[in-house]
Amino acid sequence: MLQVDVSKRLGEVVIEASFASEGRVTGLFGASGAGKTSLINMIAGLLRPDRGRISIDGETLDDTAALVHVPVHRRRIGYVFQDLRLFPHLDVRANLDYGRRRNRLADDAVQRKRVTDLLDIGHLLDRRPGRLSGGERQRVALGRALLSQPRLLLLDEPLGSLDEERKDEILPYLVRLRDEAGIPMVYVSHDASEMRQLASRIVMLQRGRVTALGGAEVLPGTPL
Amino acid sequence: MLELSPTEWTAILLSLRVATVATVVTTPLGIAVAWLLARREFWGKALVDALVHLPLVLPPVVTGYLLLLTFGRRGPAGAWLADHLGIVFAFRWTGAALACGIMAFPLLVRPIRLSIEAVDRRLEQAAGTLGAAPWQVFLTVTLPLALPGVLAGMVLGFAKAIGEFGATITFVSNIPGETQTISSAIYSLIQTPEGDSAALRLVVVSILISMAALIASEWFARRALLRLHGN
Repeated sequence: MLQVDVSKRLGEVVIEASFASEGRVTGLFGASGAGKTSLINMIAGLLRPDRGRISIDGETLDDTAALVHVPVHRRRIGYVFQDLRLFPHLDVRANLDYGRRRNRLADDAVQRKRVTDLLDIGHLLDRRPGRLSGGERQRVALGRALLSQPRLLLLDEPLGSLDEERKDEILPYLVRLRDEAGIPMVYVSHDASEMRQLASRIVMLQRGRVTALGGAEVLPGTPL
Repeated sequence: MLELSPTEWTAILLSLRVATVATVVTTPLGIAVAWLLARREFWGKALVDALVHLPLVLPPVVTGYLLLLTFGRRGPAGAWLADHLGIVFAFRWTGAALACGIMAFPLLVRPIRLSIEAVDRRLEQAAGTLGAAPWQVFLTVTLPLALPGVLAGMVLGFAKAIGEFGATITFVSNIPGETQTISSAIYSLIQTPEGDSAALRLVVVSILISMAALIASEWFARRALLRLHGN
């Protein structure tokens, strides 16, 4: 259970968002500039709220009144960035292994095989990110976040930078991830059809504020 | 053609030792200072920046004299170090290394700082979300990506240390076998009648060392680039 009740001023925009979400995939839906990325940056701990609380499964991550701010590396929240941010100096194997090593998790060959099979990246292990296609990079970024064994996975417009063909290539992996990985996700997108396919609960954001909460019916273009 | 006398050999080996020790000892400090200047905002940052660059703009003889006042036998730091740790800098080769290290420091720090500034902070953030504490982010992401700059800084610092003259001779004098580096040996030889050919031999040696340092730095830089962007 993810609970967010924060406010943050970022230049002209003020983010005042409050929602709670349970379930496998929470969709953060809104136009660009609505504050979606800032909101998940606060959940990840990369951005500090001016005021408010963030908690996950009852554990407080941020509470400005009590001066609580768990640093990003202790949150165990995976983040797939829109611009991926694979480490260019490490090969795919070392990229995938990065989170496990930093979290001192036991080397789990079964888990690694499960994830590389799920994402079809087993044949890329010896390559550097510079030698991967856009779709391959996307899948490696997903695998890297998954293998750090997070308790929540943040996905920031994972299809945003891909053309239609690549989107169709990645979408099935995201569906498999949702159904098989067993990690709750927050999925950020401005695309209503992606939301319908992936998210079970929608948080609609407009200019920094939550304007609707609910199932797929709150998405624009839904027949009443 | 290049037959060197024992004195000349001594000066060459001493120069190499002084420059190597100066570079190796100052590099960790240089990386720390470069990181502070590149990545942290703190009170007095402009002052630290100015202090780091000071040896570059001060006349070397001034730096050498300040070292003599501070680290000489009767200087506050020099007396304390000699009494408590048994470390003596004055008129020793270690003093030459100290002088060279300080003179080379700005040249060491600058490329490291620039290359740390060039490391994409978004990669450091990504490392954080994967569970890396700040020091781990530095060791596994920032430093490896800044490696070409670190090597460039080390080579520049080494070259500066090999050629340092003014601060060294002021601080630790020109004692054959102890503090007489290639530069101070050449200086002595030029002032000696019949010293010309020996001076020329040392000139050739210093050109060779400088060339070797430049080629080595080019090679390291290429290796580092391959590591970063290769397959």
